[in-house]
Order: sequence, then structure tokens, then C-alpha cells
Amino acid sequence: MSAKESERFSGAKSLIKSLEYEGVDTIFGYPGGVVLPIYDELFDSDIRHILVRHEQAAAHAADGYARATGRTGVCLATSGPGATNLVTGIANAYMDSVPMVALTGQVATNLIGNDAFQEADITGITIPITKNNYLIKDAKELPRIIKEAFYIASTGRPGPVLVDIPKDVSTSIINYEYPETIEIKSYKPTFAGHPKQIKKACELIEKAERPVLYIGGGAIISGAHDEIFSLAELLMAPVTTTLMGKGAFPEDHPLSLGMLGMHGTRYANYAIIDSDLLIAIGARFDDRVTGKIESFAPNAKVIHIDIDPAELGKNVKVDVPIVGDAKMILKKLISTLKIKLPRTQEWMRKIETWKKEFPLDYEVSGKDLRPQYIVQQLNELCSDGIFCTEVGQNQMWAAHYIRTKKPRTFISSGGLGTMGYGFPAAMGAKVGCPDKDVWDIAGDGSIQMNIQELATVVENDIPVKVAILNNMYLGMVRQWQELFYNRRYSFTNMKGQPNFVKVAEAYGAEGIEVTKKSEVRDAIKKALKSDKPVFIDFKVTREENVFPMVPAGAAINEFVEYGGFR
Amino acid sequence: MAEEAGKALNSHTLSVLVENKPGVLTRVASLYARRGYNIDSLTVGVTENPTISRMTIVVHGDENVIEQVTKQLNKLIDVIKVVDISPQESVDRELALIKVSADASNRSEIIQIVDIFRAKIIDVSPKSLIIETTGSGDKIDALEELMRPFGIKEMVRTGKVALVRGVKLTQFDK
Ligand SMILES: Cc1ncc(C[n+]2csc(CCOP(=O)(O)OP(=O)(O)O)c2C)c(N)n1
Repeated sequence: MSAKESERFSGAKSLIKSLEYEGVDTIFGYPGGVVLPIYDELFDSDIRHILVRHEQAAAHAADGYARATGRTGVCLATSGPGATNLVTGIANAYMDSVPMVALTGQVATNLIGNDAFQEADITGITIPITKNNYLIKDAKELPRIIKEAFYIASTGRPGPVLVDIPKDVSTSIINYEYPETIEIKSYKPTFAGHPKQIKKACELIEKAERPVLYIGGGAIISGAHDEIFSLAELLMAPVTTTLMGKGAFPEDHPLSLGMLGMHGTRYANYAIIDSDLLIAIGARFDDRVTGKIESFAPNAKVIHIDIDPAELGKNVKVDVPIVGDAKMILKKLISTLKIKLPRTQEWMRKIETWKKEFPLDYEVSGKDLRPQYIVQQLNELCSDGIFCTEVGQNQMWAAHYIRTKKPRTFISSGGLGTMGYGFPAAMGAKVGCPDKDVWDIAGDGSIQMNIQELATVVENDIPVKVAILNNMYLGMVRQWQELFYNRRYSFTNMKGQPNFVKVAEAYGAEGIEVTKKSEVRDAIKKALKSDKPVFIDFKVTREENVFPMVPAGAAINEFVEYGGFR
Repeated sequence: MAEEAGKALNSHTLSVLVENKPGVLTRVASLYARRGYNIDSLTVGVTENPTISRMTIVVHGDENVIEQVTKQLNKLIDVIKVVDISPQESVDRELALIKVSADASNRSEIIQIVDIFRAKIIDVSPKSLIIETTGSGDKIDALEELMRPFGIKEMVRTGKVALVRGVKLTQFDK
């Protein structure tokens, strides 16, 4: 059937048809009373539905799927508690600009507002954490709204869009016709950068002697990695990325400075402070990146490329703001630039000396099982994998020692910092990219926030691998307590940890325990060979810290000096 | 820098065209609440086009705040257009109803003041009057000050509505 012909369908069937038109192949969801008509239609559909064990995981899985594939992720939940369980996952996707369509059931339209059984005002609840949301009042509107939802979620600065579907909308019969075009008078994202601004940017770049490329997640979304590579090599300029920007530039390249900010490398932060030109691409000057804002790149001119005009000039003063799609803008910029010989030799020499003097390191000697060592081995043995992370020290060690080479292979909760994100996100990523090895680098605290998804990955044969860096602490919080609260470990000591190997086995997955450094590589290889989901419980040195570290609110070159580490 | 400090904390009137749909006001209000912007007043009503409403929002803050407010408003999908209409080029009005204590001894004095302000008395009772007035915020403030000694029992103000002068329009064009 073409999108033109109209047929008489129920709202539920119209929804499934529309999802098919949008190319949706997978939905992560959980049923309930008011979504029964939708589930009944799904029963016959070719769309793969993955039954999660908690709706939060459905949203995170849709999010992981979207980040790994670049396509829009879809999750589905029932009204009331189902819908509110999605909220953290939606907020997470909003903060990290992830294209997602969240579908929720709603009580019948005549009951809305009456505190009916399992009613929640989910459109009201999600106003501040969605790019847009809809309550469908009339089934005739459904096709248009679904079309708009996918369009809005995936264009401009992407984000989650929620569509709330009352039960009677699902059951009423309409003349179904999927619209071919979209007309939203108030939504016209800008893609091409303003030529005048691009010219101005070129002039600044041509004059710069100490430029730094500062790359955020927007560069990945836009697919601008090739252009960033060309620009960096053309200028011979160092490149630093945010956590979200990892993968936009290969971290094994000599021009890579790794990550910047609170847990950035010393050389990245020094380069920022000393730079005379900052080229910010799809980055939003988050406080975890800038530290004390007045001391951030104090001598630099700033070029800021972003598709969201509200980000330009929001946190820092910008000399040349360029609104639009990073890839398109960089293409234009590179072809306009007149650079014969890069002027950065001296600058790169300085950076080399910083790299030699302040390398990223940790206490390597001895037999102790250090988390950093484990991540390094993962990086070596699985260099073509996708790495998701939880939140905490595990996340920062992953950011430091996974040397990400390609976009969409490092997936982490940046803006919201959601513990429990990594495991379901890894599940989503593996569903989207079944040929890749997908890891979740986890903490023992975080993994327990969505551990029930073990059932989902086993049932649906989604063989993700989880490396638990088990320090029996809420490690990152304990680190702050150690450094800033006099070692008073208030409720960060997790004494009642389960036996993770047995937990995995109980669900039908595989479990491996590692207590010695010498066992690390074999365990990883064994997990990679297994066709099942695997938990590796690495019993790591308990009080390891993440360094370098800049205290919150300090300038990014004011590192913590502690116990010989800095 | 000094120049920037001088510009601080101006009051701005934003004329905002939005889709006339339920939920839009909540979206706008929630944006203000979440980002901590200070709204002095907000009025909404339908325009000559029944699918579009106009909000007049008075907000104060420095240039950066106003710029962010405008950009964040523009990000809302239902917001069609945001224009900062500066006082020189726009006319603005506010309506107030003031219930003031009045008896035979001072009623005529109040009526005199009301006349001078070209306001109206729209309700009379043995112990009170209700005054209706429209005008600029300053005018209403002045009338309020003069009524205060008599005893204001209740008062309500609508907040500002405004339009750009002359043939220029704040139509949507995006
Ligand atoms: C849902 C949620 N609750 C609380 C926090 C605050 N928090 C940040 S890191 C952290 C500790 C994480 O511990 P764990 O997962 O064991 O990882 P580790 O730091 O030990 O690697 C906590 C509690 C959070 N980020 N997310």
C-alpha cells in the first residue's frame, strides 16, 4: 500500500502502520491495560518487540539503540506507572540530545482528568524533559502526530518526543492515510551556516597560532567526524573531546588530547587554558567541562558551531557563533580556508612536552587488580567493540582508557549521569548493531539499578558483556568523601553485595569472577567467545581514585594533588 | 564591561505568537520556572487568526537573560515567533479594577481623582467603589498610590498587553 491510499484501520493499527512507514524495526516496551489494543496489533507485526523488565530500561535501551545506530529509538509503556517509569530514561535522552519516540498509553479521553485508575498526566510531567509531546485527543490526528513526532525527534537538535495515546483513540476506526509531508510553521531548524560567519571563522583560524578543537556530542550526531579529521590535520591542531564527543576523533592519533574538563587529561586542560583560538563544535560548555567559567580559555577567541541557537553564548562569550549542522558547516569552512602551512609547530611541541610530563597513568606495579588495567585490556582485546558505561569511577576510567576510534562506539550518560543506564543501553546497542561486541563497563552500584534486565537479554538472546569493576563502594561518591569530607564514608560502603556470578547464572547468563591481574585477559577472551550474555565480576582494589581531577568550581588547570597522584 | 553593567536589569516586553492549543501556556510557564527567569507579567489571548494566540510577556533581566529567554522560547515547537518590542515603538496598556473604601464623606473626592485619571466608576455601594482604569503601568501605579489613603480593599491588574505601532506587524514569517 502506498502512503496515499486510505484504508479503514483502528487507531492501534494505524500506529503500527505509521511506525512501519518510519522504518521502525524494534520497540522496547512493557504492556498494560490501556495499551492492550496496541499490543494486540504488535502480535501480528514484523516489528520486533523486546519485553523489558522495567520501563526505565525500555527508554534506556531505545536510547542506546539510537546512539549506536543513528536511528530513532522507540519505547512503549502503559499509562500511569508505566509512563512514569519512563521518565528517567526520557530525561536522560533529553540531556544528551538522543532521537527517541516514547509512546505511552493513556486512560480513555472521557476519563482524563478524573484521577481514573492508572492515570498520570504524563504530557504535563514530561514538558521540561521532552523536545515536544502530544496527547492525541482524536484518532484522526494520529498519523500526522506520529509523523511529526519522528520528524521532530530526529531533526535539528534531536531529542525525545512523547506521544500519549488514550485507549479509545487506539480502538476507534479512522480512514488511515500516512501524510507524505510535514508542515510545522514554528519548527524550521537551520542547517547551512551563515556564509559571513563562516568567512569570519576562517579569518580567525588563519591567524591562530595555538588553536584547539573542542568537540562535543553534536559532532557525532551530525556525522562530522571526517570533516573534523580533515580540519585537525589541515591546521595541525590538537583535538579534545567531551565525554559525549568521544569517537568524533580517533584517540590513538597524535593530535588527540583525549577528554577535557573535571576528569580531563592534564594536557587537554593545559592546552585549553593556553590556547588562542577555541573551535567548539557541537559542544555546550557544560560546567563539568569548563570548571570555573572565567578561567576557561581566558586568552582565546571562540568559534562556536551548534545547531541549537540557544547554546551559542549561553555559558561563554562567543566571537563567531555559527548556527547549523556541524558537518555542512565544516565542509564549507574547510573549502574556504586558505592554509598553506600550518602555523602550529611550536604549539604542538609544547603540547608534546605536556603529554610526556603529565601522562595519563596509575599505579601499575604489583599484582593488585586495578580497574584502569582492566579497561586497558578491554580496549586492547576488543578494539572494534561498542562500549557503554554506567556512571561513576567506572565511567571515567572507561573515558580515559578506552581509546575510542570511531563515532557511535562510546555510549555514556553525559548530561544526566544516570546510574543504571549502561546495561539497558548496551542491550539496545547490541540489538541495533548485532555484529559488534557490545560491553557495559559497570560499577557494582550502578549495575544493580537495572540488573533485572538480565532476564531480557537472556530471553531475547542479546549477548552483551558486562565488566563490573567491583570495588564494593559507590566509588565516585566515596572518592569525593575521601578528598572533601575527611574520609567520612557515609553510606557509600556497599557491604551487602550479591554474588554477581550466581546472579548471572540464576538468570541463565554466564558469570566469571576475577580476583587476580593475571586472570583478566583470559576472562575477557572467554566472555568474547561466549554466545551468551556474560557478567565478569572484577574484584578490584577498593580505594582506587580517578585522577586527574579538578574539584568542582575550580579552574580546569587546578588539579587535585593527592597521595603522590595528580 | 562598564557599559554592560549600565545595561543591566532592563524590563523587556516580549510579544510571542503561539499555536492556540491547550498546554502551550504550561510549556511557556514551565520554561520560566525551570530556568528561573523572572516574569513580571504574562497575558494571553487569541489573535485575529483563531489558530494563533498572542502572549505579552514582561520580563526583566540583563541582555544575556533576555537573549536566552528569547532563544529558549523559540525552541518550543508551538512558539511561532518571539519579538522583543521596545517601548519606543510599541503601545501598551494594562487594565486594573480597584475596590476602594468610600462613604458619603469622601466619595466626591475619589470621584474627582477618578475623573482626572479618565478612569471609570463601575460599581457603587454604601461603603465602597470599584474603579476601572486602563493605561500604562505608571498611570495605574499613580492612581493606586492616590487611592491608598482611602483604603484599597481589593485590586486586580491584568498585566500588560502591547502592539507595535504603525504598519509594522509581528506576524510569523518563519
Ligand atoms: C540514579 C543515580 N543515583 C545517584 C547518583 C549519584 N552517583 C554518582 S556516581 C555514584 C556512585 C556509583 O557507584 P558505582 O556504580 O559502584 O561505580 P563506581 O564509582 O564505584 O565505579 C553515585 C551514587 C547517580 N549518578 N545516579
